[in-house]
Amino acid sequence: MEVVEHYLFTKEHEWINVEEDTATIGITDYAQSALGDITFVELSEVDRDVEQFEQFVSVESVKAASDIYSPMSGRVIEVNTKLESDPGLINRSCYEKGWIAKISIKDLDERSNLMIAAEYQKFLEGLE
Amino acid sequence: MHVMISQEILKQTPLFEEHLHCKAKMVGFGGWEMPLQYEGILAEYEATRRQVTVFDTCHMGEFFIKGDCQKSGLDRIVTSRLSDMPLKSCRYGTALNPQGGVIDDLIVYRIAQDDWMIVVNAATMEKDAAHFLGSLTKEAGFTNVSSKTGKLDIQGPMSREILKEIVPGIQKLDYYTFDYFKVLGENVIVSRTGYTGELGYEIYFPWQRTQDLWQEIFKNSKVKPAGLGVRDVLRIEMGYSLYGHELDETISPLEAGLEKFVDFEKDFIGREALLAQKKNGVPRKIVYFASLTRRTPRNGYRMYTTAFHETGSITSGTFSPGLQKGIGIGFLSTDDAKPAENFLVGDERNKIEVHFTKKPFYKSGSLKS
Repeated sequence: MEVVEHYLFTKEHEWINVEEDTATIGITDYAQSALGDITFVELSEVDRDVEQFEQFVSVESVKAASDIYSPMSGRVIEVNTKLESDPGLINRSCYEKGWIAKISIKDLDERSNLMIAAEYQKFLEGLE
Repeated sequence: MHVMISQEILKQTPLFEEHLHCKAKMVGFGGWEMPLQYEGILAEYEATRRQVTVFDTCHMGEFFIKGDCQKSGLDRIVTSRLSDMPLKSCRYGTALNPQGGVIDDLIVYRIAQDDWMIVVNAATMEKDAAHFLGSLTKEAGFTNVSSKTGKLDIQGPMSREILKEIVPGIQKLDYYTFDYFKVLGENVIVSRTGYTGELGYEIYFPWQRTQDLWQEIFKNSKVKPAGLGVRDVLRIEMGYSLYGHELDETISPLEAGLEKFVDFEKDFIGREALLAQKKNGVPRKIVYFASLTRRTPRNGYRMYTTAFHETGSITSGTFSPGLQKGIGIGFLSTDDAKPAENFLVGDERNKIEVHFTKKPFYKSGSLKS
């Protein structure tokens, strides 16, 4: 499974790319592969406050529905509206074009609750 | 997101190696380790609706019965009329318990006047065999050939074209008929049947040689493998019932909308119970509905007439690639007034607005072409 070196990861298979005080959030290659063809994304509202590990988006595939949890606390500043008409973007480009939301970060220290790429890789190996 | 992994000892079909070779995602189904998907459900969907795919259905059960349909007791086990079946034809039906609940749904093949093959579901095969043995008369011959019989379903508008080399003479088969054909040197049953709504065939083959047949068919590069994931999507789009979902031992064929496969003019197990249901009315009725959006109703969701009043439950749901929206099948309580044209389905958290429709959801299949 592909991971991105400088992203951080959750045990629920979300990724977050922190850039100064904002961050981009999506789901990992493992998650998109496990879900299969994604058919619908219920995006978050913009300006909503989310807590770390709070459910804030749901993703549906042909055969399953899954909750997505925010890897860090903050305020949603942008959502990827392209996913409304093309939810399969997540399958095709889960780490880039298929991003789900951007947040302004409340507390950078929360990063210590997340895994770095190497740790997430190890975590995935443990699941097999 | 949560990922669940179950641990269970599963049986393998003779195509297990082939599935791994095709990089299938494997899953437990009815006690068998089966391919859920290969390339992906949507890709396999397009391949089945537009070209041709092959499904491993070796897990299904097959019984041979010898004897006159009445004297053998077979006619009492199956709800559909068997006496007027032409030779080399297939007929869908159900087997009921005395309470009118469905033990299984099945297809009857009339090989000769007094010679039958019954094809049953994988998960119910042992139970079905016991039911048949217990209900057939001494005059009937019964052989369970499930463990010796492999089966491939070749489905899609191009299925006839790609099979005509491997199954010479297949062009003559009409919908829901079968015959014996020489395939890779074996004399086997090939029927024009399936579970997808497309033109398609099922080939019954010796278990040990099914891998050879698979490889022979895949020499044609137009053929793709298809898994249980897309099989479920295709059958829901057609409004076909799946045992364990729309059918089980507590559901009668009248509730499940299968009355046309029940012959009340003959005697059969469960007839009294069904007659009482006809007289008094059934407590619930199968319904078909589609989402107003791409949101998908899920198995286990409840149906609501208003935001609070629950009136039934969903037995099958999927995103329909053909309709580009969510579709579902469920059972509605007949005590309640039928909900308005648009109503809600969901669980505590999610509610989806849907509207009633009729089966089949998908109407452009090549089934009878």
